[in-house]
Amino acid sequence: MRNGDAKPKKFKSVKRQEQISTISGYVTLVIMSIIWLYPILWIILSAFRTEKNDQGQLIGIVVSNYFPRAIGFDNFVNLFNNTLFPRWFMNTLFVSVISFVISTTLTLSVAYVMSKLKFKARKSFLNIALILGMFPGFMSIIAIYYILKAMNLTQTLFALILAYSAGAGLGFYVAKGFFDLIPNSLIESARLDGATNFQIFKKIIIPLSKPIIIYTALLSFTGPWMDFIFARVILGETNPELHTVAVGLYSMLYGSQSTVDPNRFTMFAAGSVIVAIPIVALFLSMQKYYVEGVTAGAVKG
Amino acid sequence: MNDRNALKQGVIQKIFSSILKSIKSIGYGIYRSLVRFVLGVKKRFVRFGKRFMDASAVTKVSHFVMGFGQLARKQFVKGFIYLFIQLGFFFILFTSPTVNGTPIGLDALRNFITLGTVEGDVFTPTDNSMLMMLFGVVTLGLIGMFIAGYLSNINSSYHNDLLIRDGKKVLSFKEDLAELLDSRFHMTMLTPAILGIVVFTILPTVFMILIAFTNFDAQHPAGQVLFDWVGFENFKNVFSGQGEVSVRFIPVLSWTLVWAFFATFSNYIAGILLALLINKKTIKLKKLWRTVFILTIAIPQFLSLLAVRSILSEYGPVNNLLMTVGLIDNPISFLGTATNPMTARASVLFINLWVGIPYTMLMTSGILMNIPTDLYEAAQIDGATKRQAFISITIPYIVFVTTPYLITSFVGNITSFNIIFLLTGGGPAVGGGYKAGSTDLLVTWLYKLTIDENEYNMGSVIGIFTFLITATGTLLSYRKSKAYKEEEAFQ
Repeated sequence: MRNGDAKPKKFKSVKRQEQISTISGYVTLVIMSIIWLYPILWIILSAFRTEKNDQGQLIGIVVSNYFPRAIGFDNFVNLFNNTLFPRWFMNTLFVSVISFVISTTLTLSVAYVMSKLKFKARKSFLNIALILGMFPGFMSIIAIYYILKAMNLTQTLFALILAYSAGAGLGFYVAKGFFDLIPNSLIESARLDGATNFQIFKKIIIPLSKPIIIYTALLSFTGPWMDFIFARVILGETNPELHTVAVGLYSMLYGSQSTVDPNRFTMFAAGSVIVAIPIVALFLSMQKYYVEGVTAGAVKG
Repeated sequence: MNDRNALKQGVIQKIFSSILKSIKSIGYGIYRSLVRFVLGVKKRFVRFGKRFMDASAVTKVSHFVMGFGQLARKQFVKGFIYLFIQLGFFFILFTSPTVNGTPIGLDALRNFITLGTVEGDVFTPTDNSMLMMLFGVVTLGLIGMFIAGYLSNINSSYHNDLLIRDGKKVLSFKEDLAELLDSRFHMTMLTPAILGIVVFTILPTVFMILIAFTNFDAQHPAGQVLFDWVGFENFKNVFSGQGEVSVRFIPVLSWTLVWAFFATFSNYIAGILLALLINKKTIKLKKLWRTVFILTIAIPQFLSLLAVRSILSEYGPVNNLLMTVGLIDNPISFLGTATNPMTARASVLFINLWVGIPYTMLMTSGILMNIPTDLYEAAQIDGATKRQAFISITIPYIVFVTTPYLITSFVGNITSFNIIFLLTGGGPAVGGGYKAGSTDLLVTWLYKLTIDENEYNMGSVIGIFTFLITATGTLLSYRKSKAYKEEEAFQ
């Protein structure tokens, strides 16, 4: 529609203008893509670089030449043999699987209740959730730490799972927006047929909610792979066996002063590649749902 | 010239009056809800008394022995649950069992006021003021929950009274359970979520707010030195302009606002432009371009940001490139160790574009596809050129739809932690105030104060202040989006 209004007289010059703007568009996109891919490629290249110094040892620090002069799998071998990386990976997987099940359940049940069921405390619950959401998340991290400590849970992965997923009920807004769009007539007719609220939820709502379930699950699953503040405070920096990948990889670069080793950058890069591959694959395959969720959440405000 | 000045003043006045208005309306709202609360409490007491007079004998006993009414009507499971709640609550309240050496119950309430009295010596451990405060809050919470349970016990027994009066049968345990899946389904669904929220969000938040009113800091580590209530002392310290925290407060606050402003608008405008570019009819391979940018969202931020940090480091490839090209002679430090704080600030803002543009692009792409085509058809019939249609349809539409997002992302940028923490760690350091560097935001400063420096009370004051800023922003966006919802057209 938008391109159909070129006037015949000006046809040639308009066409040329169009061409110029298309070409400059491509140039902009190519330059931007290079800038956006530059750090990503850098990490991948660093993971495989095996340049050696005069003594024949691996140079693990940040080097100034972008393209490696020697490549190989040494960094990966080192990562698996000389660090606790496999352990960190399993820790993170464990935490993220359990907390994604808990968070998704909590988020969706709150969202459904807030969207489709009418009861007395509904309005006040919405207001309280709005206010609680305004406090900076980790302001209370110290308090959470002490609460977990009082429950004798700190220094366990279970504590981290609780910290990630217990408050998930508050993040119901996007999902509520989704449920709001399911027509009420559908629910009312089911109720006329004698269905209970539980049956309606199980047989009507859940099957219709695949996109939002996937969106919520995706975010809560990837959360533990990306966060390192909670993991660092709750599990402590002194127990390498309890690190998640984020804490472990961060400590490779900027650990406490006594353990910092500048020669670990390429190993860090290797770890990054291993962590990033499954997460990126997951994201790209669920891209459609992610985009839907983001757009819905943003526009609803 | 004069006109322009007058205009400027007019705008400033408008902004001020709108801020005043919103403060007024918030104040009025608080006043109104307080009045409503007092009236509500009064009404409840009156209703409670009336109900007691009206209730049957067993329900009257239920006012003192929980579950009696239910047990008398053979609702054994329910009755015993209520009885158990009462016994358990009184047991905790009066025997004050200790957890980690600190009591819960009536003793905890006393401790909550004193925050511990035993200074401790070689033989006796010091009272843990921190746990005492925590358990004080927990006990208050338990009392609240008990009251709720108590009222529900009377409610349910009185409900039975009414059923019997009408000649109906009381519900069996099975029927009660069935209710939980139907007319009380919201309770079933909300209970686990609320439990989690109370323990892991509300309790910690209340607790941290309370800490702002104590002298819990590096000189008073919990369990070693007692700390105490100090009233508004910490707030005075932060706003007085004296002391290490106070000196850095205004600079950090203003940088936070500057950062949030530039970060929001640069991402917003650049992201929209990128989306427009990718959605242009003549651009091919749309999916490929989009995927390139989505990659940055998919990769965990701590990885990509640490990679960027290493690229920009003194020995990294960017400095190398600049030197080879001949733009600079010596490597520059862009981030945490930059000689000029402005370099570091500009760098983080620039890198924030790298992080943020893809989000706006994704969102705007979705919106662009949803612009109703009849708008363009109508414009075309009216003889509008493409450019005119773009300026008076596409742009207003996008701005209209994304305004709520703009405000939420401003609020989000105020509390954006990862970018600053992972890139500069708050640096470059500022002389005289080691606790906040020149790129530190309120939230990263809050993190440093609590986690690194153990100045919990100061951190808490900063946290409350951040809350006030984000709360104002969120309320504004809430009002805005509501106003928009009621609006039919976007012109």
